[in-house]
Amino acid sequence: MNRQTAGGDVQPAGAGEALVSFRDVSLTLSGRRILEDISFELKEREFVCVVGPSGCGKTTLLRLIAGLMFPTSGAVHYRNQIVRQPASDIALIFQDYSKALLPWRTAAGNVALALEAIGSPKAERPARISALLQKVGLAQYAGHYPSQLSGGMQQRLQIARCLAQDPTVLLMDEPFGALDAMTRQVLQDEILRIADSGGTSVFFVTHDLEEAIYLGDRVLALRPNPGRVAEIFDVRLPRPRDQLVTREAGEFLQLRRALFDFIQETGH
Amino acid sequence: MRWKGLVLPAGAVVLAEACARIFGIQSDSLAAPSQILVAAWGLLRDGSLFAMLGQTLLSALGGLLIGGGAGLLLALVLGLSPVLTRLLRLPIEALRPIPSIAILPVFLMVFGFGYRLEIANVSFACFWPSLIIGQAAISGIEPRLLEVSRVLGLGFWGRITKIVIPAALPRLFVAFRLAASVALIVAVTVEIALNPQGMGYELMSAQSSLRPEVMFAILLYIGVTGWSVNAALLLAQRRLFGRAGALPGAVPGEAA
Repeated sequence: MNRQTAGGDVQPAGAGEALVSFRDVSLTLSGRRILEDISFELKEREFVCVVGPSGCGKTTLLRLIAGLMFPTSGAVHYRNQIVRQPASDIALIFQDYSKALLPWRTAAGNVALALEAIGSPKAERPARISALLQKVGLAQYAGHYPSQLSGGMQQRLQIARCLAQDPTVLLMDEPFGALDAMTRQVLQDEILRIADSGGTSVFFVTHDLEEAIYLGDRVLALRPNPGRVAEIFDVRLPRPRDQLVTREAGEFLQLRRALFDFIQETGH
Repeated sequence: MRWKGLVLPAGAVVLAEACARIFGIQSDSLAAPSQILVAAWGLLRDGSLFAMLGQTLLSALGGLLIGGGAGLLLALVLGLSPVLTRLLRLPIEALRPIPSIAILPVFLMVFGFGYRLEIANVSFACFWPSLIIGQAAISGIEPRLLEVSRVLGLGFWGRITKIVIPAALPRLFVAFRLAASVALIVAVTVEIALNPQGMGYELMSAQSSLRPEVMFAILLYIGVTGWSVNAALLLAQRRLFGRAGALPGAVPGEAA
């Protein structure tokens, strides 16, 4: 659990305070051990990626932080308080964007839902909504329904809705897994920019090892049956990252090798 | 191509008219199509059609709103409470198979003849399809949407009004449409069985006063009414939910 204080601009100023912490978290669901003795911390403004073979409890970790599930033993803390219900400044982005958007509301209406939930003043909403849609590049699509948008645009819309919560922590569950390679790269850079400009901590679940290295400050590797933290890799690649330069850096290739070896080792 | 569907019915009418003219039918139970049309025109002209139609539609609508509304409301409550669902499963399964017309004597004792009797019976009949289809509509809501509402921190009423009802609305409307057809059937049945008002009653009096052409004219109007109500609701369904009713997963251009 030793966070490297690397040179360069790896960590923005102010990083270091633990926002979310798992303390010996175990989870048993109907007799099956899902997670065992998970301990780690997500720090302020930190981007942590989670990888591991399927069935290792990646998504479960995220649902525990979101307050949608609760551990059997141990505790998940957010700002030093035990998580007992969803917090308004923790946003969760689902992989299946088409199911997570309200099909009967326009893009603007979907963003409005988050503002209605936090009870933001009605008069301020239109300006907030267009600013948020602008941020994810959907300004011209405010009046479109989700079914009229491409997959990439639907995922952007979900991101905009989550940003409406003004999140301190952004939880992302394989958000780009269903998108084509080009769209994925564009959205990777956008989420880095959004997280950086908003000072947001990100907890990012993915099955794509290169994506994990490209985005993360740290990569949390899980081992399955039951899910445990196997290893934490520090990523000391400079920011801002670049799809070409970063992916050709020696450090990137070394980490990629180490993670691939690790995944091979854990089986499938 | 649509005219082909009219060939057989039109042919049957012409044939019936021809038979009536050629053989000069004198009957207490049959009438020539032309006589039926004349009787239908008569009912329309002297306003008696609107009187009986109004009575039947008022009862059907009243029963539909009360019974159908109660069914949808209970469906919503049961959708939110698994405990209540388990508690009420047995009573619902026990009461539901009762033919709605069999409850008529009970309502007659309570309400006597008139609108209240008919509305009560229609309500009982509309309650069940509305409840059962309403429950299916609520349980068919995409679970992901309910999670979204929890993560966003929507309160109880926000969840009901912004997620549950709009998500279930297209199917709730189907429940309403089916309940509406039940309402009309049961209203006419109650009138035929014993309630002295509406189209069903006039149908029976025409029959017992040996005026088959009036009887068939009323039958024609009942058919047209049922067809119109259903067509209007189908049109409304398409207009309201043509797009929003589509399941979010089944949309073209998804994996772009």
